[in-house]
Amino acid sequence: MSTTVYVSRDASALAMGAERVARAIADEARRTGADVRLVRNGSRGMFWLEPLVEVVTPAGRVAYGPVQPRDIAGLFSAGFLQGGAHALRLGAVEEIPYFAKQERLTFARVGLTDPLSLEDYRAHGGLRGLTRALELAPADIVKLVTDSGLRGRGGAAFPAGIKWKTALEASVQPSALSPQPSKYIVCNADEGDSGTFSDRMLMEGDPYVLIEGMIIAGLAVGATRGYIYLRCEYPHAHRALETAIAIAYGNHILGGDVLGSGQRFDLEVRLGAGAYICGEETSLLDSLEGKRGQVRVKPPLPAVKGLFGQPTIINNVITLASVPIILDQGAEFYRNFGLGRSRGTLPLQLAGNIKYGGLVEKAFGLTLRELLYDYGGGAASGRPIRAVQVGGPLGAYLPESQFDTPIDYEAFAANRGMLGHGGIVAFDDTVDMAEQARFAMEFCAIESCGKCTPCRIGSTRGVEVIDRIVANQARAQSETLLRDLCETMLHGSLCALGGLTPYPVLSALEHFAEDFHKPSPPSLAMGERVG
Amino acid sequence: MQDASTLLPLKNPPPRAALNATQKQAVEGALASLRDTPGALLPILHAIQDVLGYIPEPAVPAIAHALNRSRAEVHGVLSFYHWFRTTPPGRHVIHLCRAEACQAMGARALEAHAKQKLGVDFHGTTADGAFTLEPVYCLGNCACSPSLMIDGEVHGRVDAERFDALLVETQEVQR
Repeated sequence: MSTTVYVSRDASALAMGAERVARAIADEARRTGADVRLVRNGSRGMFWLEPLVEVVTPAGRVAYGPVQPRDIAGLFSAGFLQGGAHALRLGAVEEIPYFAKQERLTFARVGLTDPLSLEDYRAHGGLRGLTRALELAPADIVKLVTDSGLRGRGGAAFPAGIKWKTALEASVQPSALSPQPSKYIVCNADEGDSGTFSDRMLMEGDPYVLIEGMIIAGLAVGATRGYIYLRCEYPHAHRALETAIAIAYGNHILGGDVLGSGQRFDLEVRLGAGAYICGEETSLLDSLEGKRGQVRVKPPLPAVKGLFGQPTIINNVITLASVPIILDQGAEFYRNFGLGRSRGTLPLQLAGNIKYGGLVEKAFGLTLRELLYDYGGGAASGRPIRAVQVGGPLGAYLPESQFDTPIDYEAFAANRGMLGHGGIVAFDDTVDMAEQARFAMEFCAIESCGKCTPCRIGSTRGVEVIDRIVANQARAQSETLLRDLCETMLHGSLCALGGLTPYPVLSALEHFAEDFHKPSPPSLAMGERVG
Repeated sequence: MQDASTLLPLKNPPPRAALNATQKQAVEGALASLRDTPGALLPILHAIQDVLGYIPEPAVPAIAHALNRSRAEVHGVLSFYHWFRTTPPGRHVIHLCRAEACQAMGARALEAHAKQKLGVDFHGTTADGAFTLEPVYCLGNCACSPSLMIDGEVHGRVDAERFDALLVETQEVQR
């Protein structure tokens, strides 16, 4: 009887050395004659424990971590294939408090199963949502999604059901492109926000759930073709998706006869090319059409006139991947998680200067403080956490006084912040917030699509003004000018890039003003040397 | 009386270099397999860059012709996206993350070290042609910052010492 050993193939686990660990285990097994079956799973999302190794024993899965290749010989002699005692032994993953306290709905299978095994997928509840959807009328699928309270997880938090209803009711336009024009399902997998990796983890760790969610979306609105627009910075996710899609075609999950229903759904991955702006839905559509990724003026909404001029649902990875469980368990089940208008769960990502970084899927409602300290364990450096940026590079910098804000879309909006895609980046007290504000403007300048002036020009001017403030040049006027510029960008930009860049800038200025007011260095006398 | 050549417009482009045999094969291969897919331009550019490491300038008119689009349009797309390059990269490409989560863990210092160590700025290639340094804004490895990617493999918790070791490992793997 062979022993099954799990070593993650998640890009972050690989970044911590999982490949070498897997190879070392295979080598040592060969050397000692142990019969080991290596499975490369997704990550459990506790990255300080990666590379994590799990061994299947009669008493359940036993985890060891973080494991380095040099530990392998010792693990074998400690009998780790039988779950033996060792300094790195963690016990069952499900009993580690960080994991045990989570509510994993969308990420239920990630790290648990072999991402590319359809057998595993089915055995853990996969395809039940799609099977249910095939029994329902399109309008009933849309109603379920609406009733579940699911909102777009990409950042804008728009109710998914309303978007879907609009696309369902929109009609296909005659097209020069195709004799049989169709509506489209587009998955936004251009996860560009720093501090976020939930899309990547899901695509690498459970690609079938995304495929299933997209097929359900297709059934709901009458679309027969889907695209996953994936950022090219995710080569591992790309390989996982391509393989999963090929297997899904081979097993009549994709193609002309979805699960024997006679319904068609085709799916393809398209790679982005390093443009942050293509995470904005209309830029993404232009990019998919083979153009520069420039923002479109709305209306028309993509749900009415989207990809190639056809009604298009465009949703984030997590939104689409949350659909199968809603179909399977019902709208009520999903709705019962969360609070207020934020229903269900949100996969939060703890990143940056944090001791226990990783993925925490939880119902809405816990506070930022709980996340940072109860889960995150404070700053990795051991110093106090001074600022936290939530929601990516366009999110506000929050000071300690706002750490009790609950994880809830409206609560964050009330603080002039946003929850966005659920990324939380912690900074310790060595951070220079003027530098962070400057970077926000610089990033906007680099990534602006150039279509509207406030974003294209404003961001460059923003960098210059912040430089003047920090250099103590006409400080009062410069600060007024910066606030004025931010107002213009906030209200005059075409999309969220220019429109939200003022958030990190103004919040830094508001809560960390002292960083902008450093005393100027004493001027050096001629000939005096530094250091 | 001026020499005729000086009367040419100042910005007259130099005569177009033709694609060499390898380049021609890559470009024609990409066009043949992808030209009929909807929104084919990005997939075509990726396919060429995957084979050649960059998109040679003389490929632009060929792509434009195949897709029935203007050269200006193709050039516009090519120059819009940070990922595409029109000059050959070094033997190894280092994508160094500059985004916030990495900043929180010392990415600014790592960036300064990388530039100093390699003797190049971003987008530059070392004199021996071994490494090209490119900025990247997030590799999705934000719980293990600072991050960089070398030839498609992501590395986490990279400090100056680890960076130097990675350079050595990368060149050793090649040999």
